[in-house]
Amino acid sequence: MIVEVGHFALILAAFVALVQGVLPLAGTMNGHQRWQALARPAAIVQFLLIAFSYGVLTNAAVTDDFSVKYIAAHSNSLLPVQYKVASVWGGHEGSLLMWVLMLSGWTLAVALFSRTLPLAMVARVIAVLGFVSVGFLSFILITSSPFERLLPAALDGRDLNPLLQDPGLVIHPPMLYMGYVGFSVAFAFAISALLSGRMDAAWARWSRPWTVVAWIFMTAGIALGSWWAYYELGWGGWWFWDPVENASLMPWLFGTALIHALMVTDKRGGFKAWSVLLAIGAFSLCLLGTFLVRSGVLTSVHAFASDPKRGVFILIFLALVVGISLTLFAWRAPKATLGGKIALVSRESMLLANSVLLVVATGAVLLGTIYPLIIDAMNLGKLSVGAPYFNAVFVPLMVPIVFLMVPGGIAHWRESRGKELGRQMRLPALAAVLAAAAILIFSERGTWLTAMGMALAAWVVVGLLVQIVARAQKPGRIALSFWGMHLAHLGIAVVVVGITLVKGYEIERDVRMGLNDTVSIENYSFELVGLNEVNGPNYKAMRATVNVTKDQKPLEVLYPEKRRYFSSAMPMTEAAIDAGLLRDLYVSLGEAIEGDKPQWSVRIYYKPFVSWLWYGAILMVLGGLLAVSDRRYRKSALSAAS
Amino acid sequence: MKKFFIPLGFFLVLVAFLAIGLNRNPQEIPSPLLGKPAPLFSLSTLDAGGVKFGPQDMKGKVWMLNVWATWCVACRDEHPLLVALSKANQLPIVGLNYKEVQAQDAPAGRQLSPEEKLRIARERSAVWLQRLGDPYVVSVFDLDGRVGIDYGVYGVPETYIIDKEGVIRFKQVGAVTLDTLQSQILPLLLKLNAS
Repeated sequence: MIVEVGHFALILAAFVALVQGVLPLAGTMNGHQRWQALARPAAIVQFLLIAFSYGVLTNAAVTDDFSVKYIAAHSNSLLPVQYKVASVWGGHEGSLLMWVLMLSGWTLAVALFSRTLPLAMVARVIAVLGFVSVGFLSFILITSSPFERLLPAALDGRDLNPLLQDPGLVIHPPMLYMGYVGFSVAFAFAISALLSGRMDAAWARWSRPWTVVAWIFMTAGIALGSWWAYYELGWGGWWFWDPVENASLMPWLFGTALIHALMVTDKRGGFKAWSVLLAIGAFSLCLLGTFLVRSGVLTSVHAFASDPKRGVFILIFLALVVGISLTLFAWRAPKATLGGKIALVSRESMLLANSVLLVVATGAVLLGTIYPLIIDAMNLGKLSVGAPYFNAVFVPLMVPIVFLMVPGGIAHWRESRGKELGRQMRLPALAAVLAAAAILIFSERGTWLTAMGMALAAWVVVGLLVQIVARAQKPGRIALSFWGMHLAHLGIAVVVVGITLVKGYEIERDVRMGLNDTVSIENYSFELVGLNEVNGPNYKAMRATVNVTKDQKPLEVLYPEKRRYFSSAMPMTEAAIDAGLLRDLYVSLGEAIEGDKPQWSVRIYYKPFVSWLWYGAILMVLGGLLAVSDRRYRKSALSAAS
Repeated sequence: MKKFFIPLGFFLVLVAFLAIGLNRNPQEIPSPLLGKPAPLFSLSTLDAGGVKFGPQDMKGKVWMLNVWATWCVACRDEHPLLVALSKANQLPIVGLNYKEVQAQDAPAGRQLSPEEKLRIARERSAVWLQRLGDPYVVSVFDLDGRVGIDYGVYGVPETYIIDKEGVIRFKQVGAVTLDTLQSQILPLLLKLNAS
């Protein structure tokens, strides 16, 4: 019964969302203040209804109500309770419900934290979010309701996909969704700027903190996904250029470009149309990602249940949202006033170059992702685009972007003197040359690629030190956002170091090992000393015991596992990792090999600096947090409103 | 100004491709084996008597080779359809049980001998087929997956239609659905039987 009430609450929420979309927007057109004032209460009511509905589904999962079809398909009575809660977003229907919950949550946040904004602006933003919500709610209600009953009820559930039964993955989708959905706020701000016809700098200032928060979530979500792939999939990779990964990378790249373009719009009144386009683009890519993931038009290792009917719905929704937005853009954007003149050597020009490069990189990823689909659609055959394409195209585009981080930070607004800029870049350039030379001279396995990666990292790190020293010499308190920016840029440098060193110096051994066999990598040796069967709550596992010694001294005992979940035939690999600041030791158990005496295929990897990928992401997240906690945002919002 | 319409134009092209893409199935991979003779094999059957079976025994008949395993969930979904098809006496269906016994089925620290594997596979299959119905005229066991490699098996289930000359005419990766049965397999049967 309560399940039906949850379903009903969701239907009600769809109607509230419709009101939230139509009335406030109409109010801004005919000037009715009361209609505009409906936006905030409607957003609150919608959030409460969806939260209730979400709570109902979570309750059904925790109490093992297998008469709910969705719960029967994604949960199991043996599942630990935290995974029962997570099973709510373990499948298509529930994850969409979570999507709308977050959308209404973001809308609620806009409603609550927008007291300093003009009412008409708030009404438009909340109305646009309301329309987006109408689309997603009707998608859920028409094609993918998680509240369908299964009669007679199943005796037990089919269990959560074992791949998802992992703490890292439990929080990965919510983080990523927060990011995806968060870009809808920047989108709503951009659309309301277009609707109002007043494309001034104010909307950019208001949407900056929202964009950064969405970007923080997205960064964390992508990093978590990559970390999970690294330790859970058992082949030691951390990025696969899979369509689903690309679907999250593309809005991230656009969002990064948007953050930088908004800065110029806010501070200098320039790039207005460009910022609006980036905001529309970032959210469109989120919708496109949803389409690619949910419709099954592409093959992916993330085998989501796909259904062409759902694909049609999302495609129509995508076409409507993006089509209307871009039409509005084509109609209104030409009216935007141009900002001040931009000199060739200035912070504006560097930021423009950076955002254009990021957009081009996104285009390259998009092309690679949907290329199989395009070729198939033109009846030219079936193919897949793999890592070689992406690495060949993406890396050369990232190099100038990272390079620009230094001159972009040093250069002044309006115009910078080339000579002065050159003088300040001398030290970073020296550091870059030294780093490259060190790799080429002292490292046996050093390649030009490794040297370039390390040179870039040195360039960025010394570059930001130069900027911090220069800023410290000037009077005045250093703003939090200044530290935030440099922390985030430091994060990029740390990621570059991680990628460069792990690509350049990793050692991968795929070996077959019997009991008491030893394998050596560098000065580490790995001895397989035991193989035991262990029982988990809902799986059986073969657990190997591997003694690791360094220079003949015992270092660590690792326990890689091969799990077989009762509910699924696919065996799962649980790699054992000895993580460290400078290197990870990674052991994963492959297949048993037949023969006279039992042997297993074992992967033993030595991965230098791989953890820096995630440390870098943490720094980026912290940098973003510092930037949004800057008092300036609240103050400037006040002054803009007055 | 025209340049502001560029993003919209680009987007419309993208949507057109996505719309076409929706009607395609990326899982549908043309097999290089289509039109080629079915690879030969000789495998143990469900009957414990030691009788072997191979495609050469089906010469002169149009038949279906269905790759399955008891651990395969999708096989369970397609099974009722195969049972119905066999009851309708449309064509003989041969079951190729693929890697029934997996490494983790073995007790810790010990390997199963091929004889033990065959025994376990026979037991499991017999129980499964008894419970869900047996559509197969004969069931064979590809325990080490070698025949699967010859046929280029991606995953279980997979289904092949082989003509009177022993040439593969149709391949389906994944479960056979009522739709593919009616729109592709049955018309193909009519054609192949007529020739």
